[in-house]
Amino acid sequence: MSNHETQINYTRKDLPKSILTFGLPLLVIGIVAAFFAYELDPIRASFNNIISLLLIVSVGMGAIFLVALEHIAGAVWSVPFRRIAEHQGFIFLATPLLALPILLNMHDIFEWTHTHVVMNDPILYQKSPYLNTEFFYARSIGIFLVMTFFLFTYLRNSTKQDTTKSNKTTKINALISAAFMPIFAISITMVAIDYAMSLEPHWFSTIFGVYYFAGTFATAMAVLTLLTLSLKSNGNLLKEINGNHYYSMGGLMFAFTAFWMYMAFSQYMLIWYANVPEETFWFLPRMKDGWEYLSIALIFIKFIIPFGLLLNRNSKMKPSRLKLASFWIIGAHIYDMYWLVMPTYNRMSGTEGPVFGWIELGFISLSAGIILVFYYLAANKKNHIPIGDPKLNRALDFRI
Amino acid sequence: MNKLYSVAALFKTPDEIMHAAAKVADAGYEKYDVNTPYPVHGLDGAMRLKPSKMGYYTIAIGLTCMSLMLFFMYWVYNIDYPQVIGGKPLFPLPAFVPIMFEITVLTGAVLTVAVMLIFYFKFPNNAHPIHDSGYMKAVSSDRFGVNIEAIDPKFDIEGVKAFLSSIGAYQIDEIYFDEEEVNTKHRILDSKFVIGMFLIAGFTSISVYLHMNKALYLPPFDWMLLQHKVTAQDHSDFFKNGISSRVPVEGTVARGFMPYLYVGDPDGASDNLVNPFVADEENIALGKRKFLTFCSPCHGDLAMGDSRLRGQFPNGPTLHSDKLLSWTDGRIYHVITEGQNVMPGYKKTVTRKERWAIVNYVRTLQRALDAKEEDMQ
Ligand code: HEC
Repeated sequence: MSNHETQINYTRKDLPKSILTFGLPLLVIGIVAAFFAYELDPIRASFNNIISLLLIVSVGMGAIFLVALEHIAGAVWSVPFRRIAEHQGFIFLATPLLALPILLNMHDIFEWTHTHVVMNDPILYQKSPYLNTEFFYARSIGIFLVMTFFLFTYLRNSTKQDTTKSNKTTKINALISAAFMPIFAISITMVAIDYAMSLEPHWFSTIFGVYYFAGTFATAMAVLTLLTLSLKSNGNLLKEINGNHYYSMGGLMFAFTAFWMYMAFSQYMLIWYANVPEETFWFLPRMKDGWEYLSIALIFIKFIIPFGLLLNRNSKMKPSRLKLASFWIIGAHIYDMYWLVMPTYNRMSGTEGPVFGWIELGFISLSAGIILVFYYLAANKKNHIPIGDPKLNRALDFRI
Repeated sequence: MNKLYSVAALFKTPDEIMHAAAKVADAGYEKYDVNTPYPVHGLDGAMRLKPSKMGYYTIAIGLTCMSLMLFFMYWVYNIDYPQVIGGKPLFPLPAFVPIMFEITVLTGAVLTVAVMLIFYFKFPNNAHPIHDSGYMKAVSSDRFGVNIEAIDPKFDIEGVKAFLSSIGAYQIDEIYFDEEEVNTKHRILDSKFVIGMFLIAGFTSISVYLHMNKALYLPPFDWMLLQHKVTAQDHSDFFKNGISSRVPVEGTVARGFMPYLYVGDPDGASDNLVNPFVADEENIALGKRKFLTFCSPCHGDLAMGDSRLRGQFPNGPTLHSDKLLSWTDGRIYHVITEGQNVMPGYKKTVTRKERWAIVNYVRTLQRALDAKEEDMQ
């Protein structure tokens, strides 16, 4: 909007130390806990591993999506945070480390890997062209390679622009994003189907991918917000970044919190209404043995509370309140993944009711460690602002 | 009488208006407003406005209407017309949620506009001094304007004009208004107005009715219903008796169906009809079920003639009489088929097999009351 050029005064500064002082211990604790968990209770460990994987995919792949979204929409306000999102995308590179133990333990987790079960089960047999081990590997590797390609392309273009300041790069990025969007849509749906929905291979829900995506978007945004706020208070970012920018981040988290509920409720209501056993059986284990309380709590944890936390205008502008909401949303996403995955653990291991203990905590610590350490590895000694982006001036002037 | 309402200044770009708004606010003016052709982001900040409270009204309205809707649905489904639909409980909350959601959004949006009309526009008042001014025309097409009202405590006409041109306005106007016109109280219940409203309502209703139902009647999707064929029970110009349904020619026999041969001929039935079914357990069970349904009201559960009809119909006689014991199966079958005197026939409601099963059951009852020597052993 403004014609007068704001002089951008950016000096690179080291990342806040707290990222490593928290990140490294969390990562080490997580790795040790995961190791012992796999020794003592491999089934439970694998299911927790899936939760971690889904979370890291949300944070990493979600960040790549945020970058692409900015490019394709030609968004201006989010330019100052794009580099942070690009570095956050690096976290996606941790997914093979998390996926490997799952792929090695597939037999304990996925019913459809048991050949004799599939042969005697018409439904699984019909699904076997998609649900078979080889194709599963191929999909996981394919998604990883494609997403990594996009991640590095964006990052290279963005860093190049720091010096060239060329508008052409922005245009090329928009084109790349146009290709990225459909690929991303298919990829994230496949992640959701493969790693969460296929735990109950007889069940299907066409909205499942969108359900996971809704949580993914909010979570990626929440992590981005937290990183932005802590970098800002450490002085790594520009002083022009203010409540107007925060408001937009909060607004997106708010929107996708509501969007998640919309999806989750649509899925539930259609199944409840049609009331056919092929579909309702997925909800049945979540309505007994103590899971019923967790299911009701999910509505509050994932929707009502964050909705209230972000409803007010001030709550989106004040860093302290935005921080609280972001932490809450990340926690709610973990809770949601737990709710998606763990009832199958009950079935596969013959246990009853929700379990929570050091294994779960260990894997959460592992995920947190991965987020912090990988972000550090990506962002250390780099620019945190895309200083060459032609839109940056306008972005700093952004007012709601 | 014409009075000064405000001094209005026009600017050319959104940047200028941002700058100007901030300057006006900083100069301490309170009664002023900024008009732009489209929402300019950040203007409220430049005008030093506090965040609007409108959102609280919206959420209060939305939640209130949502609760009312929920109560209404509860009243319909549980109090006024309780009905089980699709095997769902009488209070199917998930099915209500979409309606509650839509109502919250709809009423929140629509009534917020209504509240704004009342608060800012002082509805039913519908005149504003800056309406119909050159200034308004400019700011509603491509210019940006600020106008400082004469009631502002710091207002002094020359000072304001000087101030506005010092902050870069390219045109400055004085806006006058007719005090009488603006202050006219528009009484909403004015009799002329109310009658006019009724006339308009009546006219639109009638003309819409004539228009949609007579002049421009468009049938709904009814191709399945209105086919070129004769439907049953319908009027027909084609046939003499004007009825679409045809009666079969007398003596018509359905394929694979043998008509009853002993109509009006009990003796023939008695002599010639043979019970084609063996009285096995299954057959007797069928007979019992049918007997209890069709015969027991008049003849009693055990065919003892103890009718349940309390004299509303001539009692059916006992079926354990010597007469009955001496009858053949065919004779009883005939009574069931044709009826006898006041007893109606059951040809239409009870199938042949079922009639024979009833006969077997009646025989079983008779045997139970009048057992033979060998049954005792
Ligand atoms: C509406 C009451 C009613 C029903 C229902 C009814 N009956 Fe009758 N039934 C009568 C009456 C009344 C008579 C005596 C008719 C007469 O005056 O000859 C009678 C007579 C008879 C007779 C002849 C008895 C006699 O002594 O002449 C038989 C056999 C008989 N019913 C069998 C049945 C059977 C089997 C059914 C069930 C399919 C049945 N009835 C249903 C009222 C009924």
